[in-house]
Amino acid sequence: MNKEDLYRSMRKAIVEGDKPAARQMALEAVRQGLDLNEVIDKGYVPGIQEVGDLWGKGEYFLPELITSAECMKAAMDVLQPEMTKANVKSRSLGKVVIGTVEGDIHDIGKNLVASMLQANGFEVIDLGTDVKLERFIEKAEAVGADLICLSALLTTTMANQKKFIDLLGTRGLGGKYKVLVGGAPATRKWAESIGAQGYAENAALAVREAKALVGR
Amino acid sequence: MIPTTRPKLQFLSPEFVAKIVEEGCLLLEQQGIFVENYEALALLAAAGMKIDASAARAHLTRKLIDDCLATTPEIIKMYDRSGRKEYVVGGDEIHFDPGSAGVSVLDHATGAERRAVTGDLVRLYDLVETLPNLDFQSTALVSSEVPLPVADIWRLYLGLLRSSKPFVTGLFRVESFKPMCDMLVAIRGGAAELAAKPLAIFDACPSPPLKWSRLTTQSLIDSARAGIPSELISMGLTGATSLVTLAGTLVQHVAESLAGIVICQLAKEGAPVIFGGSPASFDMRKGTTPMGAIETMMIDGAYAQIAKTLRLPTHAYMALSDAKVNDAQAGLETGIGAVLAALSGINVISGPGMLDFETSQSLEKLVIDDEICGMAKRLVRGIEQRDEVLALDKFEGVLAGAQFLSLPHTRQWYRKEHSFPGIIDRDTYEAWVALGGKTMDQRAAEEVAKRLGAGPTALLEPKKAGDLKRIMDSYASACGVASLPEI
Repeated sequence: MNKEDLYRSMRKAIVEGDKPAARQMALEAVRQGLDLNEVIDKGYVPGIQEVGDLWGKGEYFLPELITSAECMKAAMDVLQPEMTKANVKSRSLGKVVIGTVEGDIHDIGKNLVASMLQANGFEVIDLGTDVKLERFIEKAEAVGADLICLSALLTTTMANQKKFIDLLGTRGLGGKYKVLVGGAPATRKWAESIGAQGYAENAALAVREAKALVGR
Repeated sequence: MIPTTRPKLQFLSPEFVAKIVEEGCLLLEQQGIFVENYEALALLAAAGMKIDASAARAHLTRKLIDDCLATTPEIIKMYDRSGRKEYVVGGDEIHFDPGSAGVSVLDHATGAERRAVTGDLVRLYDLVETLPNLDFQSTALVSSEVPLPVADIWRLYLGLLRSSKPFVTGLFRVESFKPMCDMLVAIRGGAAELAAKPLAIFDACPSPPLKWSRLTTQSLIDSARAGIPSELISMGLTGATSLVTLAGTLVQHVAESLAGIVICQLAKEGAPVIFGGSPASFDMRKGTTPMGAIETMMIDGAYAQIAKTLRLPTHAYMALSDAKVNDAQAGLETGIGAVLAALSGINVISGPGMLDFETSQSLEKLVIDDEICGMAKRLVRGIEQRDEVLALDKFEGVLAGAQFLSLPHTRQWYRKEHSFPGIIDRDTYEAWVALGGKTMDQRAAEEVAKRLGAGPTALLEPKKAGDLKRIMDSYASACGVASLPEI
């Protein structure tokens, strides 16, 4: 398969949500010894962008969105170790530490956001659910995160989003990280009132918000 | 007289019900249920269940489930604050209560949602006390200005001070159980008296799929031992946290609920439990959880039917809407839900007043919904035979169509056969214009003002109010909460 056909197939695999194909194309690119950053930029990224467009037009719904994001991950799982091995630096939009705040074990919204951020080129560290506020800071400090994303489904646990921002302040880390909040009870107004830098109503908008926050 | 047929809705054939229950039980046996609570795991282990301790997963046998179903009461009798009025939760009896636990109110003055505060909750309790078709209260709003550690108990405290109706409530923290139970005991005058005449139902939600959290499991155990009915609120979201098919979601709903029943019965044999829920047809476009979706209501009606075949009292979040204001969507979703819930014979129907995916309450909507609930209640009373001879003898000596208005028969029955709405518009166009051409929402706002203008109607007697205040204050100070809002 020539390079152009390969890129087209990659794009198609992402748009159609074909995980085995997405993986297969990545293996093929490695076998052919292609420039893997170019493979990502010209093969896979146009696919996930098209998925975003289809979502925007109202043709794709969440099942398509999340499946395409998982295809993207399947491809990256093949490409990234190869790039590390070859000492090629992968282009990342930024590092994101994400999790559902303590007291809350709901993860569907958080998982959607994590997948979409990852599919769109962010490096995502998912801490899971019921995450102690301290742990977000420890991890962000350890990996040098750009963004911290806090999810909460319950009105009762949403209060922890505010607590977290206060905690950053008392640690003298206010402003070091951009904080995005989300979850059913959260609103733009809530985000502003607690001093969070970002808020998104859904996973697709979270990508846009995160990109804006890192200046992309 | 010919017995009255109660109009009844059935979603599933008996074979389909049996298949769903069978798969639900097998799911509990094969996959097991995640129980994040040592006490419950110990109870399950003592009952001989296989426990995967490292994964906190319990595998339940059909035998244990059947044994627990056999000891679960088929009906629960709730009582009002005075202990005199009885409400049968079981059979096809229906009771409406406001949807809980909203965080916002739709402010009629601005037409926008805002965070709820204590004053809103007080107004809501006072209003619901006066609405005849809302049988129970629920702790329908969370006061945003009250610190989290006392937010759950604060709602119940205010409610018991201001309303005579039974309550649907729940816990935000394990520690809140004792003071909340203490308040209920204080009203009744003793723990045994509370168990004999339950005043409040405690909601407990499993986390889909197949998980019972530490808090909700403890709520089941503590409530069972105090004789407080637990209401199981399983809430699969189709295609997101449960299977996308309605029947697949029902299997999970049944499994989670049966696990809850088992935990309650192992904690205290004979504990009162209500098979409820708040599942939703997950919106694949918006990622939201529409309670007004017809598929949501179909799942509700179907699990209620299954619960009835298992001889359990039932509950659902119905008669509510996802609209943001009191518009046509609010009315149609609430109306369809109330009617379907009534036709399904669901015993506790939580929803009135609620908008915006269970997050917002509206006083005006409560007044509107009270009318809807009244219509639903009339509907299920059905068509009764009032006279031995229905019509033939009434025509003797009367020319057909002439003087029905003045027939003694008309006077005898018209108030029993027909209902009379309060704010629903039945005026002629000219009369409606003459009255200001007001919308339903405007008329509802006037009705709210009128009802609240009359002042609270059911304040708790001072001595008991003092007892509750002591419990509230001592718990608040134990939680380090220095001051609580003025009521």
